[in-house]
Amino acid sequence: MNRYPLWKYVIVAVAMLLGLVYTLPNFFGESPAVQVSSAKATLKVDDKTRERVASTLQAAGVEHSGIFLDSNGVKVRLRTTDSQLQAKDLLEKQFNPDASNPQYVVALNLLSSSPQWLSSLHALPMYLGLDLRGGVHFLLQVDMKGALTKRLDSISGDLRSLLRDKTIRHAGISREGERVVVRFRDSEARSKGRMVLEDNQSDLLLGDQGEGEDLKLVATLKPEAVKRIQEFAIRQNMTTLHNRINELGVAEPVIAQQGADRIVVQLPGVQDTAKAKDILGRTATLEIRMVEETAGALEAAQAGQVPFGTELYVERGGMPLLVKKQVVLTGDRLTDAQPGFDNQTHEPAVHLTLDSAGARIFKDITRDNVGKRMAIVLIEKGKGEVVTAPVIRAEIGGGRVQISGRMSTMEANDTALLLRAGSLAAPMEIIEERTIGPSLGADNIKKGFLSTMWGFAAIATFMVAYYMLFGLVSVVALASNLLFLVALLSLLQATLTLPGIAAIALTLGMAIDANVLINERIREELRNGSTPQAAIHTGYERAFGTILDSNITTLIAGIALLIFGSGPVRGFAVVHCLGILTSLFSAVVVSRALINLIYGRRRKVESLAIGQVWKPGNTTGNVAVN
Amino acid sequence: MEFFRIRKDIPFMRHALLFNVISLLTFLLAVFFLFSRGLHLSVEFTGGTLIELNYAQAANLEQVRSGLGKAGYSDFSVQNFGSSQDVLIRLPLKAEQNTAKIGESVMQALATEAPGATLRRVEFVGPQVGKELAENGALALLLVVIGIVVYLAFRFEWRFSVSAIIANLHDVIIILGFFAFFQWEFSLSVLAAVLAVLGYSVNESVVVFDRVRETFRKARGLSTPQVLDHAITSTISRTIITHASTQMMVLSMLVFGGETLYYFSLALTIGICFGIYSSVLVASPLVMWLGVSREQFIRPKKQIEGANADGAVV
Repeated sequence: MNRYPLWKYVIVAVAMLLGLVYTLPNFFGESPAVQVSSAKATLKVDDKTRERVASTLQAAGVEHSGIFLDSNGVKVRLRTTDSQLQAKDLLEKQFNPDASNPQYVVALNLLSSSPQWLSSLHALPMYLGLDLRGGVHFLLQVDMKGALTKRLDSISGDLRSLLRDKTIRHAGISREGERVVVRFRDSEARSKGRMVLEDNQSDLLLGDQGEGEDLKLVATLKPEAVKRIQEFAIRQNMTTLHNRINELGVAEPVIAQQGADRIVVQLPGVQDTAKAKDILGRTATLEIRMVEETAGALEAAQAGQVPFGTELYVERGGMPLLVKKQVVLTGDRLTDAQPGFDNQTHEPAVHLTLDSAGARIFKDITRDNVGKRMAIVLIEKGKGEVVTAPVIRAEIGGGRVQISGRMSTMEANDTALLLRAGSLAAPMEIIEERTIGPSLGADNIKKGFLSTMWGFAAIATFMVAYYMLFGLVSVVALASNLLFLVALLSLLQATLTLPGIAAIALTLGMAIDANVLINERIREELRNGSTPQAAIHTGYERAFGTILDSNITTLIAGIALLIFGSGPVRGFAVVHCLGILTSLFSAVVVSRALINLIYGRRRKVESLAIGQVWKPGNTTGNVAVN
Repeated sequence: MEFFRIRKDIPFMRHALLFNVISLLTFLLAVFFLFSRGLHLSVEFTGGTLIELNYAQAANLEQVRSGLGKAGYSDFSVQNFGSSQDVLIRLPLKAEQNTAKIGESVMQALATEAPGATLRRVEFVGPQVGKELAENGALALLLVVIGIVVYLAFRFEWRFSVSAIIANLHDVIIILGFFAFFQWEFSLSVLAAVLAVLGYSVNESVVVFDRVRETFRKARGLSTPQVLDHAITSTISRTIITHASTQMMVLSMLVFGGETLYYFSLALTIGICFGIYSSVLVASPLVMWLGVSREQFIRPKKQIEGANADGAVV
């Protein structure tokens, strides 16, 4: 009656073993490390980088305990924090000889000290949230309305030049809120205009309005187009943030989208909020200027005599370049930059799209300057960098510009990225910010650990005293619940926060309910005169329905928190829900397996070690027995 | 050990009215305090800035206050946080303030008046986030209530689900009432605790209701109050032991968890204490008054013959 088939024991044993393996990495702690990753999209960190790191450290005689290459970059594990700092300085000097133009991110990091075989099983320590490890958390709101307005403004410009090209007379184009209104004097012009717009602007929904002399064509963005613009805006903002954060030298930054219009930025270990915010909120500008090509001017500038009205820049390739100070066009006029290929030569190229005002200026400029060079300058922190300086080959109208020649695909990608990185697609605002000092993080871990430990100890003592052997089995089941929960959290790499630790403690406190139910039920069966074996059997069976019901109601609350919770509440909810699931398994299956192992194999069981079972003496047929 | 040596079923239902009146009074009191005093909402809900500082020695709050005052801050609150060395500063939201620099400017303001502080934590929450959090909290509560009502109605009977949710929602109000009365800070983690308590004390009702159903099916000839008395009596030992165990864990958090977990565990403690009372002694009479009876659990013969109905019915 109280025997499990072998496979059930095997399942329990395997679950325990897996739980142990995946919990193990949490006990090894972390060792100091230095991480080298790429700061440029064009730069790949590979085996060569690893060798370079190794040889650099070897040459300087810095001892390390392992160099690894993973998707994040090259990581060097070191024995002490002193050698960590030393290694960081060394690598910084070696990899970024020019501090103003860093090629790599060299950052301090912590690596799990668990043995290699564990890491190869993907057994990693739990991922600690910022409140446990210290760092900065920002929640940024992207102004989607701003992105749409910007787009509509540029569309109304496009419409203006489109109608002019097709010589359709209109009485004015303006943006009114979230729509663009084109006015016409007669309906013939309007229907012609409508046809042209339908052919050329697939993103717009058109509608006729007004009558008599005042005819209107109202254009609104199609929902798909709105969605695309918003997605593009958030993606571009995230790319820009990535580039900027690379500068901070953070080992594992988190930049993630939250909801439709928010971006979460988490920078573990960063304490300097001011600098972080400075970098996040920085506005870079893009400027198109003409290159000064007067003979001898460049040589003079290099000799220290920079001609009036010009500035000396270094091109990305390293060539010096003299650029006029007068700005021809700013980045505001640039609506998009994408890498691609030249239609004829199939060479890699960068395609730029300008808005209509920009296109007009660009047309004039290119017409007057065929054969000369123009420079596209990215200005950040008041410091300029020439992204590219192409030669103008012909007059370019229509606002579609292609830069090609002597470029690899990678370079085209990088250039397009830089051109876009110049500006954020939509303005952003910090709507939530948290900075947690590292000492506070360590304190939080200690507090969470202490509360769980003492709570567990108290429950364990009570259970064993009250239910004897069955209490001990319950405690083992509860411990296995903790094991499964920690293993699951490590395996899923779910972020553990202080509320998460509280949830672990609370889940343990609630999970004991199942075992109390079972034990009480068994006592009751014994009280009613069942044999020990029958009491175990019916006790577990009857209690199970109740356990299931009560856990499901708790789970409903947990899921509601998971859906609607954010930040700390979410951390709580994840652990709470997982804990309810693991507790069902451990309280029912694991404890039963143990009881079966102890009692199920014996032929004759006189009594159960479940503590005192008191029987009311005056009930007929029952005698008070211990 | 055996704590509960109960010879006869305790006649809980005889005092049903008393239990409910007590509970109603507490509830009304809680509602009164909620309206008269309101909740002391944390920065997460109201928006604003929270700065935690740590001094090597006991902090002089007066100096901190005067430092902030001289720097032109107003409406701030300064208090100790956990220990005498830790200081918590709360600043309200201001439209024209440069939120980006607030942490540093506060540190600068304190550098002359109350030097030696290290910045432990800065939290800034914009106004739109707080509103959303309050809305989401309400939605979560609604979802929990609907989910539990539907589940219990499906597993038991509508009478059970209605009484369980009434009993446990009034727990929630009572917890909020405590927070309003003592003006304890109501933060996101307290909200999480409140919802967790809701799920947890519904457990309690479920365990009793399970027994009620079982007793209805097994024992004939008992009146409804007798059945309820029997169900409560036979589960009371489990109820007390389970809650005591959970409370031990919560107590441990209250003692060792520090300031961050303090109000979280306080909400749980209140929830657990009132949870026992209401989910057993309030929910059961409600079930009785809603007219639960044996017939609802034992299907009439016609149905058994007709369809291949519930095999569990004898």
